[in-house]
Amino acid sequence: MSANLINMLMEATWQTVYMVAVATVIGAVFGIPIGVFLACSQRGELLSAPLVNKVLGVIVNATRSVPFIILVVSIIPVTRFIAGTSIGTTAAIVPLTIAAIPFIGRLVENAIREVDSGLIEAARAMGATPMQIIRKVLIPEALPGITLGLTLAVVSLIGYSAMVGAVGGEGLGDLGIRYGYQRFMPSVMLAVVVILIVMVQLVQTAGEFLARRVDKRAPRNRGR
Amino acid sequence: MAENQITGAGITFENVGKAFPQKGGGTVNALENVSLTVEPGTITGIIGRSGAGKSTLLRMVNGLEQPTSGTVTVAGHDVGRAGAAELRRIRRDVGMIFQHFNLLSSRTVYENVALPLEIAGTPAREIKGRVDDLVARVGLEQLAKRYPAELSGGQKQRVGIARALATQPKVLLSDEATSALDPETTQTVLDLLADINRDLGLTILLITHEMAVVRDIASHVAVIDGGRIVEQGATYDIFTAPQHATTRSFLSGVTGVTLPRFIADQMSATRPTGPAREVIRITFVGENATDPLLARMSEELGLQVNILAGAIEEIGTRPFGNLLISVDATRADEARAYLQNHDQRTEVLGYVG
Ligand SMILES: Nc1ncnc2c1ncn2[C@@H]1O[C@H](COP(=O)(O)OP(=O)(O)OP(=O)(O)O)[C@@H](O)[C@H]1O
Ligand SMILES: [Mg+2]
Repeated sequence: MSANLINMLMEATWQTVYMVAVATVIGAVFGIPIGVFLACSQRGELLSAPLVNKVLGVIVNATRSVPFIILVVSIIPVTRFIAGTSIGTTAAIVPLTIAAIPFIGRLVENAIREVDSGLIEAARAMGATPMQIIRKVLIPEALPGITLGLTLAVVSLIGYSAMVGAVGGEGLGDLGIRYGYQRFMPSVMLAVVVILIVMVQLVQTAGEFLARRVDKRAPRNRGR
Repeated sequence: MAENQITGAGITFENVGKAFPQKGGGTVNALENVSLTVEPGTITGIIGRSGAGKSTLLRMVNGLEQPTSGTVTVAGHDVGRAGAAELRRIRRDVGMIFQHFNLLSSRTVYENVALPLEIAGTPAREIKGRVDDLVARVGLEQLAKRYPAELSGGQKQRVGIARALATQPKVLLSDEATSALDPETTQTVLDLLADINRDLGLTILLITHEMAVVRDIASHVAVIDGGRIVEQGATYDIFTAPQHATTRSFLSGVTGVTLPRFIADQMSATRPTGPAREVIRITFVGENATDPLLARMSEELGLQVNILAGAIEEIGTRPFGNLLISVDATRADEARAYLQNHDQRTEVLGYVG
């Protein structure tokens, strides 16, 4: 493999890391509050707002049911508005983030719903406000689940990021398709696949390690 | 913690009712027309079968449940009609412990006990001193940095108790706090509650389905059945003179005395024809509990008394005894009259041929 190709691989790896990292961070910033809200706003719950809950739920489901590749092309005007262009690494972050937000939202919602309702009751009995219950009880208790959820989101985004190559994005997926597939350079394809596998392994291992670190429950009760 | 002496608050329920909406329409009456006064500084037990409405009643004291009719007050505050902010203030005066402890798994013992103080906005430097005191009071100094997953059930409940006391409440609610514990651990937790009641003077309202718990620590008891209070009063009176069938059935397990199997097996509810003996339960109360009354009766009436089973127990510091005897059925009226004249309660259990 030529030095030139190795450079291209390194650059593409960096682009993928960059896209996924930014999409994850922004996705978490919006997705975590959305997930918390979804988990606490049904009728009779902490932040009871059944109507808003329903509407938000429908939006989240709608976004999640659109195949990613279709999401990418259908929001090109939005991407152009936000990123100033619809091609390139920065532009690709827009659809990745839009896919990440509802995904992370649902994962966080599930993690929070796993928290024993007895803890909410105990906190209410202490005179906690709904915000205090969320900050001091729900989020800390759901943290192992949230960590695993974010890990899953990152892994999925690495997969999605390979697809944005198809619409002018860059990164490992794009490189694999243009060189490995279209110019038939199997060594490039192989290198791309190996890098992706290593990346996913690293993320998964790190995520599980972190989740274990924050999980103080007895081993047999550990949710997965 | 003598410097932190708390005075307990009184609790009243006036004609309280609670109807829960049911799935598929209609309502279920969990409580109906309940009136109960809990005096400040007492330990009051609420006993009843599963589904009787015990938890619903208890949860009204800190507003986790709102009455659909009637009034619940704590220290004079109307809990059912309090707004959100007032309710949070009331809740700081009412600690609660739970059957399944409800400790945060993500927090250490120390941090769990600190939680109510953080919620109340207590300054950090005050929190440390208070939590250290509380952890010491429940005997967990060594375990302060452990997580709940590393503790036994009894230790977890001690954390629960320390946490419930953190905001120096005037009332402590306990919803089957010992039901998940073995008998020995139950005893140590009950002792701790009794100590707290004595040292801090706070009012304790506790739910249980075990009469033994009531006997061991409650000065007063209310028996609840089907959403209504069927009997209430001082524990000693309820134990020695239960009026309601539900109370009797709860008592049968704890008043230590059951008939020997060979007699229970051949006993009938009605008097058989021919020679028979009547089986009588005598409840000795007050000073006479330890008197040799039966010996005197046997002598004075010239009557042969068979003692089948018996035990003497204490409630608080007052003794009372339960004795099962049998006498010749033809002279049983005489025997019962004699005992009643000497202030003893009798109950006919059946006959053996
Ligand atoms: N949130 C609720 N919604 C509907 N029905 C309820 C609710 N809470 C309690 N009930 C009903 O009210 C009645 C009393 O329940 P409660 O929990 O007070 O009983 P309990 O005496 O505490 O029983 P246990 O000993 O099993 O804890 C039951 O019939 C129960 O099904
Ligand atoms: Mg209950």
